[in-house]
Amino acid sequence: MSVTTAGALSQALEIVAAISLAPLLTGWVGQCRAWLQNRSAPSPWQPYRTLHKLFNKESVVAETASQLFRVTPYVVFGCMTLACAIVPTLSTDLPLAPAADAIALVGLFALARVFIALAAMDIGTAFGTMGARREMLVGFLAEPALLMVLFSASLISKSTSLATIVETLAHRDFAIYPGLAFAGVAFTMVSLAENARIPVDNPATHLELTMIHEALVLEYSGRHLALLEWAASLKLFAYSCIGLALFFPWGVAHAQAPLQMLLALPMLALKLAVGGAMLALLETVMAKMRIFRVPEFLATAFLLAVIGMLVHQLLAR
Amino acid sequence: MLTLPPLADWLQLDWMLVVVAGWAGIGLAGVLALNRFDFVARVLFPAGGVLGLVVAATAAGALDATPQVGVLPLGLPGLPFHVRLDGLAALFLTIIGAASAGISLFAAGYFRRGEGTPPGLLCLEYHLFLASMVGVVLADDAYAFMVAWEAMALSSYFLVTANHRLPDVRAAGYLYIVMAHVGAIAILLCFGVLQADTGDYTFTNMRMQSLTPFAASLAFALAVLGFGAKAGILPLHAWLPEAHPAAPSPVSALMSGVMLNTAIYGLLRVCFDLLQWRLWWWGGVLLTLGLGTALFGVVFAAVQTDMKRLLAYSSIENMGLIFVGLGLTLLFAGFAMKPMAALALTATLYQVASHAAFKSLLFLGTGSVLHATDERSLGKLGGLLRPMPWVGWLSLLGVLASAGLPALGGFVAEWLLLQSFLFTPGLPVTLLTMLVPVVAALIALIAALAGYTMVKFFGVIFLGQPREDKLARAHDAGLLERLGMGWLALGCLALGLMPVQFIHLIDPVTRRLVGAGLDGSMSGSRWLLAPASLQQASYGPTIFLLGVLACFAIAWLLVRLLYHGRVRRGPPWACGYPWGTARMQDTAEGFGQPIRQIFEPFFKVRRQLPTPFDDKPRYAVAIEDRFWGWLYVPIASAAAFMARAIGVLQRGRISAYLLYSFVTLMATLAVVMR
Repeated sequence: MSVTTAGALSQALEIVAAISLAPLLTGWVGQCRAWLQNRSAPSPWQPYRTLHKLFNKESVVAETASQLFRVTPYVVFGCMTLACAIVPTLSTDLPLAPAADAIALVGLFALARVFIALAAMDIGTAFGTMGARREMLVGFLAEPALLMVLFSASLISKSTSLATIVETLAHRDFAIYPGLAFAGVAFTMVSLAENARIPVDNPATHLELTMIHEALVLEYSGRHLALLEWAASLKLFAYSCIGLALFFPWGVAHAQAPLQMLLALPMLALKLAVGGAMLALLETVMAKMRIFRVPEFLATAFLLAVIGMLVHQLLAR
Repeated sequence: MLTLPPLADWLQLDWMLVVVAGWAGIGLAGVLALNRFDFVARVLFPAGGVLGLVVAATAAGALDATPQVGVLPLGLPGLPFHVRLDGLAALFLTIIGAASAGISLFAAGYFRRGEGTPPGLLCLEYHLFLASMVGVVLADDAYAFMVAWEAMALSSYFLVTANHRLPDVRAAGYLYIVMAHVGAIAILLCFGVLQADTGDYTFTNMRMQSLTPFAASLAFALAVLGFGAKAGILPLHAWLPEAHPAAPSPVSALMSGVMLNTAIYGLLRVCFDLLQWRLWWWGGVLLTLGLGTALFGVVFAAVQTDMKRLLAYSSIENMGLIFVGLGLTLLFAGFAMKPMAALALTATLYQVASHAAFKSLLFLGTGSVLHATDERSLGKLGGLLRPMPWVGWLSLLGVLASAGLPALGGFVAEWLLLQSFLFTPGLPVTLLTMLVPVVAALIALIAALAGYTMVKFFGVIFLGQPREDKLARAHDAGLLERLGMGWLALGCLALGLMPVQFIHLIDPVTRRLVGAGLDGSMSGSRWLLAPASLQQASYGPTIFLLGVLACFAIAWLLVRLLYHGRVRRGPPWACGYPWGTARMQDTAEGFGQPIRQIFEPFFKVRRQLPTPFDDKPRYAVAIEDRFWGWLYVPIASAAAFMARAIGVLQRGRISAYLLYSFVTLMATLAVVMR
């Protein structure tokens, strides 16, 4: 494997684009949501202002916190940045991509989840541990479901390498894969759960009994909170990009055609804008569910993803 | 006059025998210095650890050597012990040696004065245990194998019952020895089938026999029963969660991290070496058993409230996963798909190695916690990361490896296993092809549940606030204990970061067992693991870790440069509620409650709910294993019934017994004279 200049460039561009655009995506979803709910919308740039404000504030760390608590925001941020770096969003020519395939990508999300759950337990308040428990509850069903979605795509392209999957899906002759349809529904459900969205969690709530993500980060403040919020945006960005890469892969630059990169960026922005609006719409038409309905919701996603794989196996014969 | 060849000419096999003798010698020295605690702990145990390192180093050198055989003038007259060191044996010896080195170092600092068995006796049992495990792996005839196997069972039984004054410990030890013997009988019968009426019980002879498929299947079934009982495969798992909490922690570590592997070794030896048949449905059997065991183990681990029981159930889960890998290997081997079989076998062996490292590490961690706090119940621990930073951080590595998270050992094994499922080409049996995705899905679910369990384990013990006052005064582990744990943690890291190098080491073994290796087809570089081609799948843990760390460092630097690093300490926020106490944190029961609710049919739950009229309202919940009611209690009551029925004959009068003898004699004569 050799690293070409074009490859290094596209890798760098991808990381920079992810880090700088992720808060904008969060802001855009918030704006769409406000429009749909007849509220006056905050500017899509609002998340940047919040981040800047948080970075300027001093960090208040609980007396009971250990080093783990202070390390976690950086670990989570690092994991999410790497996740964005290995998902082919602009180009499939990514020097970092061979280091982690679809399975390792799921492992990367799991690593971040375990760290953030441990940090929440570190303080030793009822809210932190409750949040950690709920996050792990969501995680243990969402994680295999995501893996199965990625496997459905892997079976089609006979590869778990994300770059190969996207290349196969984007540059195939037009063909309909019924397996992917199931996987698409499952993926939507999983990404709602994983990104702390309605119906599983409500990103706008601060009511202790309903929150998951907010309970996890309840003790964080200042720059630590800023990093975690940024990481959450990056996670949403990464999930959106995975969804786009699997189900709408057109427009991603081919490894041999670096010039397509120029076209890939506006294409990505357009796809993300539409995707974000759809997410806001989904969140508006659904209601938050009880916490013990969540396993049923996620188990449905898991089963759908497995059915997707089975359908593929059936039809492939 | 016996002359020894120069040291340079010694084979690896000779060194192994020297180490076995050395361990026996250390054991004897322990008996001579029965109560001289300092000598036993500071000299004998570290010496045993060094011998473990010797085993690991020499065995690693023998991985791709030609098999070395020898005959020992021990045993019965005319029935000497045969020994043989081949690639498979060398691999397991490397794992046994490396893991036991860390555990012995830890044990040197762990055992305390005046606890149960005298230190010298513990030293004897411990080193005989080590020596017998090496003996099991080296044995090349059924006789030597069974002697070593029984020595292993007995020495570990005495180690489990080190605190024999507690009735619980005695009961656990009894259950363990019964299960060990049920397994041993099955193994003995298996060898009986394998020798095919030739009367020659050497493995060399067994390899040459051509059995009928029926006889081969019978031998396979007996091997699964026998070795499954040792590995804790459903429904023969019941001894693990009882024996592990009872045993001293280094012994639990040795049993779980090392001894369970001898069962895997035995199964590999029988299925891939002694038997000439590999029927595909054998793989199906192992796969089903393994899946059931793994799911059962992880779900039970998630609801445990005793830290060592939790780890015991986690061992059951890991053994289940290893059986899944073995089953898959057999399945592929049965259909003569050699490259796929090699991939699955590599995944299995990797899982064996990484389980040995992380499970030993975690059991040692619980040992330090137990010594520092005298508590095994998760509900009374908490916040130990601050008073015990060494144990805490080293255990964190073990926890991450056990949860199957990237850049550590457990993930590589899982990754390889999932790869072998995913790229299963069309199997000749359609049903199997359809089932492959379902099995992969279950494995992903089990891995995610293992993450849940491990977060609970680490979070409840080491994080949060101390649930009891005395925990704040807990002391960290001593130097030797830290060294032992550090060595195993290093193993977890190395297995995670250098998969290519380790797979290169394993390669000759898979080549010999299934006729193909990964080495030829691997196309990645030294830092990139790619079993088939880079386009198909690749994983580079070092690049992965460096990527995360680089993002970490850049984020940290940028935050410091562009903003500031000010920190203020304050009380934790409890939503304005000022009377929060440490008891309000989630307990182990609380953390496991969602799992209990979701997987309700798995458990037999006994709840005691308070009513409004109780003077002392009390809530209690106990979770039990359904297999006790389904299997063990019926067998126990059947045995008791039989004993009572036979007891009718026992009159306690000499005349009655004389009558029995007379009747027996008459009956015998009638038969003989006919």
